[in-house]
Amino acid sequence: MATETENKEISYKVSSNPHVRSKATTGGIMLLVIIALMPATGFGIYNFGIRAVLVVAVSIASAVLTEFLFNLILKKKQTIFDLSAVVTGLLLALNMPVSIPLWMPALGSVFAILVVKMLFGGIGQNFMNPALAARCFLLISFPSAMTNFATDVYTGATPLAALKAGEAVNISDMIIGKTAGTIGETSLIAIVIGACFLIIMGVIDLKIPGCYILSFVVFISIFGGRGIDPAYITAQLAGGGIMLGAFFMATDYVTRPITRWGQIIYGIFLGVMTGIFRIFGPSAEGVSYAIIIGNLIVPLIEKITKPTPFGFKRSELKQKGGK
Amino acid sequence: MKENKITERLFNGLLKENPTFVLALGMCPTLAVTTSAMNGLGMGLTTMVVLALSNLIISLLREFIPNRVRIPAFIVIVASFVTMVQLLLEAYLPSLNTALGVYIPLIVVNCIILGRAESYAYHNPPLPSLFDGIGMGLGFSVALTLIGAVREILGTGNVFGFHIMPAGYTPINIFVLAPGAFFVLAALTAVQNAIKKKAAAKGKDVSKVGSGCTEDCSTCGDKGCTKRFYDADAPEKNPVINEAKESEAKESEVKETEAKEEESGVKEESSNE
Repeated sequence: MATETENKEISYKVSSNPHVRSKATTGGIMLLVIIALMPATGFGIYNFGIRAVLVVAVSIASAVLTEFLFNLILKKKQTIFDLSAVVTGLLLALNMPVSIPLWMPALGSVFAILVVKMLFGGIGQNFMNPALAARCFLLISFPSAMTNFATDVYTGATPLAALKAGEAVNISDMIIGKTAGTIGETSLIAIVIGACFLIIMGVIDLKIPGCYILSFVVFISIFGGRGIDPAYITAQLAGGGIMLGAFFMATDYVTRPITRWGQIIYGIFLGVMTGIFRIFGPSAEGVSYAIIIGNLIVPLIEKITKPTPFGFKRSELKQKGGK
Repeated sequence: MKENKITERLFNGLLKENPTFVLALGMCPTLAVTTSAMNGLGMGLTTMVVLALSNLIISLLREFIPNRVRIPAFIVIVASFVTMVQLLLEAYLPSLNTALGVYIPLIVVNCIILGRAESYAYHNPPLPSLFDGIGMGLGFSVALTLIGAVREILGTGNVFGFHIMPAGYTPINIFVLAPGAFFVLAALTAVQNAIKKKAAAKGKDVSKVGSGCTEDCSTCGDKGCTKRFYDADAPEKNPVINEAKESEAKESEVKETEAKEEESGVKEESSNE
């Protein structure tokens, strides 16, 4: 009898909470993000030619290789199979002009993975979106190469720069994406298809992108100098990286706020910052800087939007916790 | 190595307590002026001169400066030397003076100088204090020159103005801009830590201060520690200094009484006459 009860006791699985777990894994979510980025990548390759494939491949390969080598050399658990390095490399490539020298995406990926991600503790610990930090690193270091959008197909400025200069732009071309720009940002349609896929799969919700885009539209309507002009607003939304940024980079799980109100404040902040950069800044584009500045104030946003537990009053919590 | 010896002080400032890589003091000039190796070296040497001379003077005046007003007194001494050095730079090295700009007057409030005055020169004799200043200044110069050289090589392909990178090299502009300073400082500090870790594994003494120090002065009970960075009431609770002061006070009392006795003796003699 004694042995029987012992066996029974052993057969119980002892584990700490949580006992109800989601089946979602980091790798699964990252795979969905990669699938969602495929329309934009595909259109970029169609639009800019075979060299775009090369840029994307170099960027992804060096991102994955950097993470692999870092884990190998420091004898850490290998983390490349969660696919987050692939997403970082892909997003970085989509944020570059097709004419870029190929060692620049490689250097950018090394910077993104090594400095921004792994040195701060790997996935989940980075305080800033690695792909955007690397884009800003490259943009500051090599301003001419990073803003050289002239290709065999397109010779003029990006539609956003033309818009800022007061020239007329072809809005239907901008929506389809047949314009100059970075590999992944030109096609509004392709990005929105990917975004809808992510929303349907439940990977992201509309709080951050919705607040971002709405506040941006409100800001440019007030300060853009054209009033509520649908053509101008559509051109501002279709041009530059705002759609890519709003749906794929501002929603990054690691660097966005986790509270509901925090996400709304964050979205509004990004919209206003992007508007300030685009309208008052010297450059026509400002999404990357807006999002990395937004990433930096996320801890402050989370602090002020911390939810009050049931049964407590906010003022009491402050008295107890605040020192 | 024996404490307070000249060589020990130089070694301490250069390696063990390097103001930039170990103590992380004086970060403002470190990050701002190291856009080239030359600027880094210029800033380092300028600071070294001020640091050594102010340490010497503060150490000479340490019995004279009242504890309560020591910070203003330090500032006056440091500011005098900074003014002299700046006038000299303006006269003889005007290009360096323009390159360093506002950071020369700001040496007055450089926390390495105030930190060394407070934690070392105010409690120690003049000669070790002078060499403490030279050692710290050398450590600062070496650190700034290294940071400046790395930033200059990566950011422009030059070092000390000479082009050394291969012709195909594209300069990475970010290294001569503000973010590059942080990247290079962090990387060099990491390298320095790695070297020290290896040296410590071989059994060499690389610790900042003697054993038992947690390096956290706010929780440390040893109020009299000469390595203590800042504590207003340290001298009062410092047994060594108190004893020294008491013995001095006794001596002076003895001298005074002797003098009085002599005086009174003289008076008596004169009255006798």
